[in-house]
Amino acid sequence: MHLSPDEIIFWQLGFIKLNGTSVFTWALMLLLVVGAKLITRHLSTGLTRTRWQNLLEIIVTGIEQQIAEVGLSQPRTYLGFLGTLFLFLAAAALATIIPGYEPPTGSLSTTTALALCVLVAVPAFGIADQGLPGYLKSYLEPTVLMLPFNIISEVSRTLALAVRLFGNMMSGAMIIAILLTITPFLFPILMTALGLLTGMVQAYIFSILAAVYIAAATRTGTPGATLNA
Amino acid sequence: MLIDWFTVGAQAINFLVLVWLLKRFLYQPILDAIDERERRIAAELADAAAKQAAAQTERASFEQKNQAFDEQRAALLAQAVGEVQAERRRLLNDARQAADALAAQRAESLRSEANQLNAAIALRTQEEVFAIARKTLTDLAGVDLEERMVQAFTRRLSALDDAAHTTFAHALATASTPACVRSAFDLPAAQRTAIQQTIDTTFGMAIPLRFETAPDLVSGIELTGDGQKLAWDIADYLASLERSVEALLTAKSLPK
Repeated sequence: MHLSPDEIIFWQLGFIKLNGTSVFTWALMLLLVVGAKLITRHLSTGLTRTRWQNLLEIIVTGIEQQIAEVGLSQPRTYLGFLGTLFLFLAAAALATIIPGYEPPTGSLSTTTALALCVLVAVPAFGIADQGLPGYLKSYLEPTVLMLPFNIISEVSRTLALAVRLFGNMMSGAMIIAILLTITPFLFPILMTALGLLTGMVQAYIFSILAAVYIAAATRTGTPGATLNA
Repeated sequence: MLIDWFTVGAQAINFLVLVWLLKRFLYQPILDAIDERERRIAAELADAAAKQAAAQTERASFEQKNQAFDEQRAALLAQAVGEVQAERRRLLNDARQAADALAAQRAESLRSEANQLNAAIALRTQEEVFAIARKTLTDLAGVDLEERMVQAFTRRLSALDDAAHTTFAHALATASTPACVRSAFDLPAAQRTAIQQTIDTTFGMAIPLRFETAPDLVSGIELTGDGQKLAWDIADYLASLERSVEALLTAKSLPK
């Protein structure tokens, strides 16, 4: 009974260790990349195409559309980051139907890492879009007095991102594990189905929140941003 | 401790690697394929629009040509109708003229036929008149027709008025050739002498005479000399007979 896949240690050399989180993450990465590679190997540009290509096109254009709906005018710039975020989280949640698998998102280390990535990516995209002065100026909005609160909000939302995802994924896995010991067979299946739903919802929430943060950083409505846009 | 910082770093790197890999193997190819398809569809639509525009243009030009052809046909038809009508008028005119000419020719031929008939009637009448007169005179009075004609001629000669007499005398006196006496029949020697004597007596000088026979002479006897002419003939009688016959013919043809 693990609280987190971090506790499954395969190999350790001092600080460096190979735990379940990394292994399951690599497995997911391998699945995603090989799957994508296999499907995109023979892409059709004509009017007829394979079902798998259709599926990928639906997914990619769907993500692109979602990003655009959040308010980012150049969705393709952010598609790599936000799309991968969603696909990784969704794949991690969907894979819970495989017995013996533990979602890497059930580890606070993974969610923290992802939240830190968002924490870095938001100012990175903001600076790329508005330039460093423009982006820094957005911390002084609407007045200089708001600077500490803006910084606190930046940190706290990162923390919230990490803990929200971790809590949901970990609890889902935990509940299934606990129910397996109490009422085997039927009930865990129901909870697994519910876990799939909450996993997808969390993946969506995480990605959308990241998109909203990036959107807020790239076009905060400051005069400078409008000028630089 | 729930957070293992090595794992945090490893997961962050894992995530970034995944971002790069998916960009490389998923998003880029898929988006390229979609863009390519959209370009192709847009090109096909543009091509279709161009073809439609071309078809529209062609159709417009065809309609225009059709209209021009219709107008030309109508104009040609109208011209042809006009020409036909003109030709018809011309042909009718020609036919009318030809008919008129034929009618005129026919009238002319009728007239000439009538003239010939008249001439024949006149000649025949003359012959008949002479024959009748000759026979009548012979039967009733024992007198020769020719003799009576010479007598009539000499009587007329004697009864010439002064002006005619003078003119004739002058003409006969200055004539270089002998005066000519023409008759429809051969004059016997006795009658020739009588005429010679009468002429000599009338004009008071010896006038040389030459006698000729002209069977077609309508009149009986005529004397010509240097442009002057004196004759006794039955032309007047014949003319009056002709007039009465014509009046009879006209009266007969009118009721038709």
